[in-house]
Amino acid sequence: MIQLEHITKTFDHVEHGEHHEHHVLKDVSFTVEDGDTFGIIGESGAGKSTLVRCINLLEKPTSGKVIINGTDVTNYSGKQLVQLRRGIGMVFQNFNLFAQRSVLQNVTYPLEVAGEAKDAREARARKLLSMVGLSDKEKLYPSQLSGGQQQRVAIARALSTAPSIMLCDEATSALDTMTTNTILNLLKRINKELGVTIVFITHSLAVANSICNRIAVIDDGKIVEQGKTHDVFAHPQAKVTRELLDMEGKALA
Amino acid sequence: MEYLQAFFNQYGTLLAQGTWATIVMTFVSTALAYVIGIPLGVLVVVTNPDGLHPHRIFNTVLGWIVNIGRSIPFIILLVALIPFTRWIVGTSLGVPGAIVPLVVSAAPFVARMVEQSLQEVNGGLIEAAQSFGSSTWQIVYKVYLKESLPSLIRGGAITFITIFGYSAMAGTVGGGGLGDIAIRYGYQRYQNDVMFATIIILIILVQIVQSVGTHWARRIDKRNR
Repeated sequence: MIQLEHITKTFDHVEHGEHHEHHVLKDVSFTVEDGDTFGIIGESGAGKSTLVRCINLLEKPTSGKVIINGTDVTNYSGKQLVQLRRGIGMVFQNFNLFAQRSVLQNVTYPLEVAGEAKDAREARARKLLSMVGLSDKEKLYPSQLSGGQQQRVAIARALSTAPSIMLCDEATSALDTMTTNTILNLLKRINKELGVTIVFITHSLAVANSICNRIAVIDDGKIVEQGKTHDVFAHPQAKVTRELLDMEGKALA
Repeated sequence: MEYLQAFFNQYGTLLAQGTWATIVMTFVSTALAYVIGIPLGVLVVVTNPDGLHPHRIFNTVLGWIVNIGRSIPFIILLVALIPFTRWIVGTSLGVPGAIVPLVVSAAPFVARMVEQSLQEVNGGLIEAAQSFGSSTWQIVYKVYLKESLPSLIRGGAITFITIFGYSAMAGTVGGGGLGDIAIRYGYQRYQNDVMFATIIILIILVQIVQSVGTHWARRIDKRNR
């Protein structure tokens, strides 16, 4: 379970000798239950990426609490933080695969830094590569793969430490519609078969509709509504949600 | 032909010894400059405001040191360091005497080259590595250095060639090697043939090093397969 309580995030920057504060997140709270596929939806610049990075503390909240499985992890650092992150996989919009490592070496990376023996981590990686349908590609390098294949490698890599939570930051935004569906189906399978809780950031309602059982809509650093995907889309309360639906809604009907 | 024959009989051994001295000087200096320069470059990147462990004061001071090292002309450094060189290797002459100022001069240069290579690594990879629970040391070793290896090798070739050029200057204060020969025979005794010979050898060496560097970097780079 992931609980975010009153999270704020403020970036300081100096411009023309003047001190500015940029409030990216303003008192954000939500709870993601185990087994959820939780969508965070909003337009670019709404604070989605910063928000999802607060969960694994790639961004440290300015105030508020991050509670993972009942433990307050907000002030974790050093070994505790490393341990926490091994329990939370992450997938990125641009895949972020290591270009100088083979497919297999990419998937084993999280286990390698965890000190797992070579045989064990390669066995685990091969199992995951077979799950994402890329068993025959383990010796190739990322530059030799298509975007969809790269994202499947990234998903296998994120799962290597057997995390209970997976964060997806615009995981399908760099992919075409067909490939997006393949990735979404894979993520659904991971959610159902492995019971991995998924937090999915997207600006696309169609994508959110396809994969998320619950969603939160974020606008200008604030959560403007949240609930079951079905309910939010059927009875949108916030102006932003209605605008997003107007723009994209027909595709959902 | 006869002229060449006579030339090689007279100067062959001298040029071969000079070439060898230059190669040793350059190799050892480059290696030692990297031993000092890599940690410096890594520290600059890691303590950068956007780095893994931002530390403004440390980063600024380190930047100054590197810049000061780079702003002193080598020929001045060479002379200024003579007491230091004597203290370290016991002499300011010959190959050992040249290596000390070469390393002192090249280490900041290497630090900047390494910094530049590491900065080319996509920030998304660093973030990914962090998200998988990597320690700072693991990120430096397994991501920064590994991902930038082709760029580091290309930088290595440039550094090697730069030190090559400096090593010729070291010849002016009795540093030995091809530069020493070029100055003593070419400049002081007006023996242009000897000077030309040293230049040709230098050109060949530079070409070899550059091609090896370029090919090696391309061969290990997995990005364009």
